[in-house]
Amino acid sequence: MTSDKPRMNAGNVGIVIVSHSPDVARGAADMVRQMVGDVVPLAWCGGAPGGGLGTNVEAIVAAIDRAWSEAGVAILVDLGGAETNSEMAVELLSEDRRDRVVICDAPVVEGAVMAGTEASAGSTLDQVRRTAEELRAR
Amino acid sequence: MDNAPMTPSATGSVRIEHEIGLHARPSVKLTQLAKTFASKIEFSSSPDGPWLDAKSIVKVMGSKTPKGSMLHFRAEGADAAAAVQALVALVERDFEPQADA
Repeated sequence: MTSDKPRMNAGNVGIVIVSHSPDVARGAADMVRQMVGDVVPLAWCGGAPGGGLGTNVEAIVAAIDRAWSEAGVAILVDLGGAETNSEMAVELLSEDRRDRVVICDAPVVEGAVMAGTEASAGSTLDQVRRTAEELRAR
Repeated sequence: MDNAPMTPSATGSVRIEHEIGLHARPSVKLTQLAKTFASKIEFSSSPDGPWLDAKSIVKVMGSKTPKGSMLHFRAEGADAAAAVQALVALVERDFEPQADA
């Protein structure tokens, strides 16, 4: 399952949420939308292609496309496969985009809200990642 | 950074009346507003500090400032006065969007 949110304010860093559960991914995206607003490009994906829990590379690539920003995209992931599949998705991106996508080492829900808040102020990709990861270090 | 010396050109304080205090949504709004100003802006629940960066969502949300607390602001920079005024006003209107916005 994937989201179909329109792209908003493509100048800010985009946020992608990847969870094994489409409900978790959609819910985390809702929190970002409601708390941060619609000034940040945002997309989510989650669930196995045939239904049930899981993540898959193609859906992650598509989510990165939907949330694409020239300023880059920060990905928040939950467990294991979400991270490895996100790494594979980044590798599939064109060379000029690959360097502008980071996977944050942060909890998926809280990290998405923190990263979204930072992104909404027009911060750089590196600042967005550091804010999400600062949460983890506390 | 938290306790770096500052020569504030503006200060202000306000009591938090929001039902749940400085939790998730109010924290995001406060941080977003602070980030629209160029000045260095800090906040504390005590006039003596410790002072925290008002532009850091992790610091603002992590402060867990409860309802009824005083929130003190201090700012340094060209737009310091406007920043403190805007932040105090945000807390006073219970973190709701500006009526004329």
